[in-house]
Amino acid sequence: MTAETLDIEKIVQAVISELKKQGVNGKSGTVDAVQSTNGKDIDLPDPTTREARFRLQVEHPLDPEGLRNLRAATTSRIAVGRAGPRPKTNTLLLFQADHGITQDSIMGTVSDEVLAKFNLFSTESQATDRQEYLLRPDLGRKLSEDSRKIVTERCLKHPNVQIVVGDGLSAAAITNNLASIYPVIEQGLKAANISIGTPFFVKNARVGLMNDINEVIGADVVIILIGERPGLGVNDALSVYMGYQPGPGKTDAQRDVICMITANGGTNPLEAGAYVVEMIKKMLKYQASGIELKQKLANE
Amino acid sequence: MLLREKLYGKTYEFGSVKEVLAKANEEKSGDRQAGIAANSVAERMAAKHVLAEMTLETLRQNPAVPYEEDEVTRVIQDAVNETIYQEIKGWAVGEFREWLLSDQTTDEMIRRVSNGLTAEMIAAVTKLMSNLDLMYAAKKIPVTSHCVNTAGLPGTLASRNQPNHPTDSPEGIRAEIYEGLSFGSGDSVIGINPVDDSLASVMRLLDMTYDVIQKWNIPTQNCVLAHVTTQMEAMKRGAPLGLVFQSLAGSEKANAGFGVSVGLMDEAYAMAQIYCGPQGPNYMYFETGQGTALSADAHYGADQLVMEARIYGMAKRYKPYQVNTVVGFIGPEYLYDSVQITRAGLEDHFMGKLTGIPMGCDACYTNHARANQNDIENLAVLLTAAGCNYFMGVPMGDDPMLSYQCTSYHDTASLRQLLRLHPIPEFENWMVDIGLMKDGVLTEKAGDASFFLQR
Repeated sequence: MTAETLDIEKIVQAVISELKKQGVNGKSGTVDAVQSTNGKDIDLPDPTTREARFRLQVEHPLDPEGLRNLRAATTSRIAVGRAGPRPKTNTLLLFQADHGITQDSIMGTVSDEVLAKFNLFSTESQATDRQEYLLRPDLGRKLSEDSRKIVTERCLKHPNVQIVVGDGLSAAAITNNLASIYPVIEQGLKAANISIGTPFFVKNARVGLMNDINEVIGADVVIILIGERPGLGVNDALSVYMGYQPGPGKTDAQRDVICMITANGGTNPLEAGAYVVEMIKKMLKYQASGIELKQKLANE
Repeated sequence: MLLREKLYGKTYEFGSVKEVLAKANEEKSGDRQAGIAANSVAERMAAKHVLAEMTLETLRQNPAVPYEEDEVTRVIQDAVNETIYQEIKGWAVGEFREWLLSDQTTDEMIRRVSNGLTAEMIAAVTKLMSNLDLMYAAKKIPVTSHCVNTAGLPGTLASRNQPNHPTDSPEGIRAEIYEGLSFGSGDSVIGINPVDDSLASVMRLLDMTYDVIQKWNIPTQNCVLAHVTTQMEAMKRGAPLGLVFQSLAGSEKANAGFGVSVGLMDEAYAMAQIYCGPQGPNYMYFETGQGTALSADAHYGADQLVMEARIYGMAKRYKPYQVNTVVGFIGPEYLYDSVQITRAGLEDHFMGKLTGIPMGCDACYTNHARANQNDIENLAVLLTAAGCNYFMGVPMGDDPMLSYQCTSYHDTASLRQLLRLHPIPEFENWMVDIGLMKDGVLTEKAGDASFFLQR
C-alpha cells in the first residue's frame, strides 16, 4: 500500500474524478485530458508521445515501481493492463492508430510541390497502380516504356552519380525527409567535385530499379532514396540504396544501404546524408560496392 | 495421360499433374506471380473437377520435384508405409475428402492412413476442401507431443511467449516474458527470435530464459530461434536448451537458401537427443510458410500449397514438439489480403495435422498486406475452433523486432475464455498454484508483469 501512495497516475486520476464530482470545470492547464462538464467539449492530448506510450495501465500492480522499471526496459506494449481478457480502450485505439498511419502512407502519393522543390521530374515504373505494385515486385523494378523515353531524353549521361527518388512503400518517407537529406547529399558531392546527373522521381518504385535505370544513364554510382515498409507508429522511414555500376542481375549483395532514416526515432536525415556522401566517395575510389567493397576495405 | 474436363460446354485440358494441382489451388497472389495460377475461376473449377477424379497413386508417381533430384522428395517417398499405401492408392482425391469427413472415419483410422500419404496427396485433398471442411477435418485429428509438458491435447490451447526485442536486451526480453506469463502465455515455449545470431548472444538468452523457468519452476521449454548451427554449437557448450529450432522449406534447393539440408537436420536431431535437458521425446521446433520456395526460385513450377505440404513431410521425420506456419509474414506478393491469409492459415493447419505433426499457427500480417488486426483475430478464432495447438503471444500483437503484427498475450487468454479451452495441463496447474488462474479463468492478479518481481 505504501508503494501505491507513490503512484502519481492514481493521484491524478483521483483528483480528476473528484473535480468532476464537484462539478468543477478543470481547465486549470495543469491536468491534461480534462473534459468540460457541459459534456460537449473534448480536447485530448496526443496519445502517441513517448511519455503517453510509457504510462502504466495496470490497475492495481503488485509492485508499481517495479512495473515502471519493467516498462522502461522495452518499447514493446507491456504494462497495458486489461479489460477482462481484452486490452483497455486507450491501448486498443492507440494500436489501431499506429496501424492506421502505416496504411495511409502505403497508399499515399508524393505531391508535385515536393518534387518541384528539388527540380525532380516525375516518371513511373511498369506497375500501373498501387495494387499491381504490391502484387508484382518485378514490375516495380523496371521503368515504363514512356518513362524510359523521357529519362533517355532529359537525363545527362555517364555522370559520376545518378540520384533517383522513389516512393517505395511510404510516400511520407519522401515528403518528410527529402528536404533534410537531399541538400546534404547534393552539396557534399559538389564539394568533392563529383558530378551529379539529372535527378528524377519514380512512382511505384522498387530498389531493383537502379539496374534498369543505369542501362540508360551509365553512371558510376546510382543511389535511390526510397520509402520503407512502414512499421507500427513510424510511417516515414527512408532508405538509401547505393550501387557501383548497377546493371542486370545485380542484387542487394552488390549494394550498400542505410536504412531507418527518420526524425522519429531513427537515423537523423542530415547525418544519413553525410554518410551517403562518404559511401559514394569510397565506391568511386575502390570501384566497387556491397560485399566486394567490404572485402576491398578489409584488405586495406 | 489425358487430363480434361468440360464445364458449361467449354473444354479445359491440362498438360500435367503439376498443372492440375496449381490451377486447382485457391487464389494466391504467389501462384499468380509465378505464372501458374488458373486463368479464370471456371478454369480453376475445371482443374478441381479433374483433381477430384485423380487417384492417390497418380499423385505419388508425380512428385513436385523428381525423386532423383531432390532429397525432400526422397525423405517423403521413402517414409511411406507401403502396406497402407497399397490399400489406398486406388482412391480418388474426391473420395479421400469424403472419407476424411465421414462420421465412420475415426482419428485412429486417419492417423494410420496418414502414414501412407505423400505431400502431393495431402495438398491435393486440401484443394478440394472448403474452409469449414478444413476446420472440421483438422479437428478430427489432434496431434499431441511431449517435451517438458504435453502439447496438443483436445480442450487445450497453448501460446508461445515471443518476447522479441529490437536489440536483444535481456532486461527488455525478461520484462516481456513476465507480461506474457501473467496472461498465461508461455506454455508452448518461451521462444525468442534473436537479432544477433552470434553464439555468445544466443547462449546469453538461453541462460536468461532458463533462469526464469527455474526460478518460477515453470513447466515449459525455452528456445532461441537462431540458425540451427548456432544452436548446435550452444548445445555442445552446455547451454540449457529446451527445443531446437529451424525454418524449413519444401525443396532441397529452397532449404539450401536457409543454409540447411536433410543431413544437417539429421545431425541436429541426433544432437538434441543427447544434449536437450527436458524429458522429451520431442525436441524439435519448425517454422514454415507458403511462398518460401518461390521466393528462393526453388518451386519447380509447383504451387505454394504443394511446396508447403512437402515441408510437413520433411518435418515429420524429426518428431517435432511443435510446428507452425508463419502465415502472413511473407507479404502481399504471395498472400495478398485477409481472404488469402485466412485460407492459407486453415490449409496449413489442416495439412500439418493430416501429415501427423503437432501444428500451431503464427497468425500474422505485415503492414503492406491488405489485412488488419481484426482479420488476424478472426483467423485465430477459426483456427482455435479447428483445434490448432498454439498461437504466438506478443505484447499487443506488435513485434518491434520482426516488424509485423500477430496474436497477443490478451488474445490467447480471450480465446481460451471464449471457447472454454485451457492452457497445457501442467502449465495450468502451475498458474493455479501461483494464483494467476482459477476455474479456467484469469484471476485479479493476472495481467500484471510485476507479479513476477516477487522472486
